[in-house]
Amino acid sequence: MLFYLFATLAILSAAYMVLTRNLLYAGFSLLVTLLSVAGIYVLLYADFVAVTQLMVYVGGVLVLILFGIMLSSRVHDKSVLSESVNKVWGVVVTGFILVGLSYTILNANISALPWLQAAGTDVLGQQKSTVQRVGIKLMTDFVVPFELASLLLLIALIGAAYIATDKPKV
Amino acid sequence: MNQIPDIIRTIPLNYYLYFSTALFIIGVIGVLIRRNAIVIFMCVELMLNAVNLLLTAIASYRADTNGQVFVFFIMAVAAAEVCVGLAIIVMTYRNTRSTDVQLLNNLKW
Repeated sequence: MLFYLFATLAILSAAYMVLTRNLLYAGFSLLVTLLSVAGIYVLLYADFVAVTQLMVYVGGVLVLILFGIMLSSRVHDKSVLSESVNKVWGVVVTGFILVGLSYTILNANISALPWLQAAGTDVLGQQKSTVQRVGIKLMTDFVVPFELASLLLLIALIGAAYIATDKPKV
Repeated sequence: MNQIPDIIRTIPLNYYLYFSTALFIIGVIGVLIRRNAIVIFMCVELMLNAVNLLLTAIASYRADTNGQVFVFFIMAVAAAEVCVGLAIIVMTYRNTRSTDVQLLNNLKW
């Protein structure tokens, strides 16, 4: 049922990204979409892909896009200025959340949960994760594309640094 | 080769197909209707993500890691694309003071 939650979240935030007029909102809804897709990777037992999605997309690509937004749009609207509103309600709601979480933790008796007891037997069958198989594939069957990808990344790095630098007018 | 548990198959593969199709279509719509270069860029990323999701889903259903390896190559190419593309967008903004793609018609005859 988590699949439906993540899928709905991904599609809604993707639609919002296309429809909104605010560039920063679009960037952050893309963040929500990428996180939901990472969650679906976890549901598919593709753990290494999920972690790579988090690191490459959420950590790298999205930060780059936000940099691009900041560098390429005039900051004229007030939404950039961050003032705090709803102080009282925010504190009350967060206090309730804190109390609820603490109550749950106190009552949960976590160390006796059945799935935690059964964690010694792994869910995935013989192997615990897909990292080993993906690594072996990358180093045997796909070694030439792997090296080509590293070369491509180096070329892209040099090219981007060359394009984006301020060249002095000759 | 039945190492992937049956719990994945509780959700039919068709749903993953529909889901990634929906993401892809949203990306295509964004590329077609938006005029800001950065939003077009994000929509391209969204389409790449839809393809990645489909590859991973089918790889998981087949208990086969080849699809996941492809996902890594797609991610590498996407990272390179974002890197160069955003450099180009920043450069375009410096020259034209705008990221509107409809203004870039200098080569139009």
